[in-house]
Amino acid sequence: MKKKGQKIYFAVIMAFLYLPIVYLIAYSFNDGKTSVWKGFTMKWYTALFNDAQIMGSLYNTLIIALLASVIATVLGTLASIGIYNFKGGVRSAIQNISNIPIVNPEIVTGVSLMLLFTFAGTMMGFEMGFVTVLLAHIGFCTPYVILNVTPRIKQMDSSLYEAALDLGCSPVQAFFKVVLHELMPGIFSGFLISFTYSLDDFVITYFTRGSRFQTLPVQIYTMTHQRINPKANALSALLFVTVLVILIISNIVSSRKDKEAAR
Amino acid sequence: MKSKKPSIPYLGWMLVFTIVPLLMVLYYAFTDDTGAFTMENFTNVADYSHIFLYSLYVALISTLICLVLAYPVSYSISRCSERKQSIIVMFLMVPMWMNFLLRVYAWVLILQSYGPLDTMLQFFGIHLKLIGNTGAIIVGMVYEFLPFMILPLHAVMSKIDDSLIEAAQDLGCSGVYVFRKVIFPLSIPGIISGVTMVFVPTASTFLVAQYLGGDQLMIGDVIERVFQFNHNTGSAIALVLMVVILGFLVFMNRFGDKEAVGR
Repeated sequence: MKKKGQKIYFAVIMAFLYLPIVYLIAYSFNDGKTSVWKGFTMKWYTALFNDAQIMGSLYNTLIIALLASVIATVLGTLASIGIYNFKGGVRSAIQNISNIPIVNPEIVTGVSLMLLFTFAGTMMGFEMGFVTVLLAHIGFCTPYVILNVTPRIKQMDSSLYEAALDLGCSPVQAFFKVVLHELMPGIFSGFLISFTYSLDDFVITYFTRGSRFQTLPVQIYTMTHQRINPKANALSALLFVTVLVILIISNIVSSRKDKEAAR
Repeated sequence: MKSKKPSIPYLGWMLVFTIVPLLMVLYYAFTDDTGAFTMENFTNVADYSHIFLYSLYVALISTLICLVLAYPVSYSISRCSERKQSIIVMFLMVPMWMNFLLRVYAWVLILQSYGPLDTMLQFFGIHLKLIGNTGAIIVGMVYEFLPFMILPLHAVMSKIDDSLIEAAQDLGCSGVYVFRKVIFPLSIPGIISGVTMVFVPTASTFLVAQYLGGDQLMIGDVIERVFQFNHNTGSAIALVLMVVILGFLVFMNRFGDKEAVGR
């Protein structure tokens, strides 16, 4: 970025992206419910941590994200290997169907699953809740795992697997020692994407959660819909700091790896 | 490694959680509450056609604004050193990782009457209604999805070789000509994926209008509301939305292919 005009424009865009968040965070310390500054306070943070409902939702969100991303990673990795062995037309048909949850508007996925779960619920006598949200999350996470793992399979040298067999590995051993090792970077990034998407999902959870089960994004909706709630500001501040720290750490780690690779 | 079997669990999964739910949307859209075939749901959809058009209009304007704002930024980022680029990309992603409801909520706080912007404008004697109108919805959308335009544009532009630009300059191209003949044609794939990534969620999103648009709803909000009392009409609206979005995606794909062949 050499020219002054470019720098100024860049700064304006960054300000546009960050000022609303800064404003949100600044007012989490405001002693008063309106946009008038009434002095510094930490009371919204105390209120946040003492709110059993919010803490419960946070717990639900983490459990769902962890289970959904682990299951989606296993399901998706196996699927990628199997799908790779289908021939041309069938393979691309399967991949297209697999991508439907990514391509389709979220709200359509949400209502379609709601139809399924209400129907199955009346047939088999269950209500939507933890399990249906988990199933829905696995559903939209798995395609992302497949999208991340498949390129690694394409790159992998299939003679590696055969060499392991020749050297006396059983197929299962060869899978765990050789194949999985080769696919690991793809599996890991698929897992991370699944985890973050699951943490952040509102729309699909909203339609599949039933009447009682709450996750953090749903909680945020109830907190902020048609009202001002300083606890939501405090929550934003905490989430923002968490995201920032995670991203900075991952950036440092990856740049170190680059340096090592360069050596 | 040559077996298709590992994909069996996921193939079953797709059948139950992707295909069957969509077939249920189809079924509900063409039946009434007794299960008899009817086209009435689609005549009901016609009642919402103005909201459909309004959503597409908002999506179009927001996408264009995002494109205009993002293009110069993406270009200047792409001319930075690699290390700098990865840091900037990281800082573009931080706001994206904040929950989308909190980001909309930030704009509710900023735009509300007696909020910071309103107070500032009133100080200069300007009295405007900042929230509860189309402008506020568009601001919210642009804020939500601007990074989704910058990132794909940057990804494509960072691959444009500096020497191509220099060669054009050496051969006597003016700045405008370099842009028209070199930079713009090479950035088209980025424009296509950026436009897709902004337009689709903007057209189908729900809640942004409820937070910022006052009484003005978008099609996502309508689907949610209608589903609360009528699954059949709700399914018909969801089906039409899905067809419109898929049509748009096919159109963008064709457009992209043509560009690729043209070069």
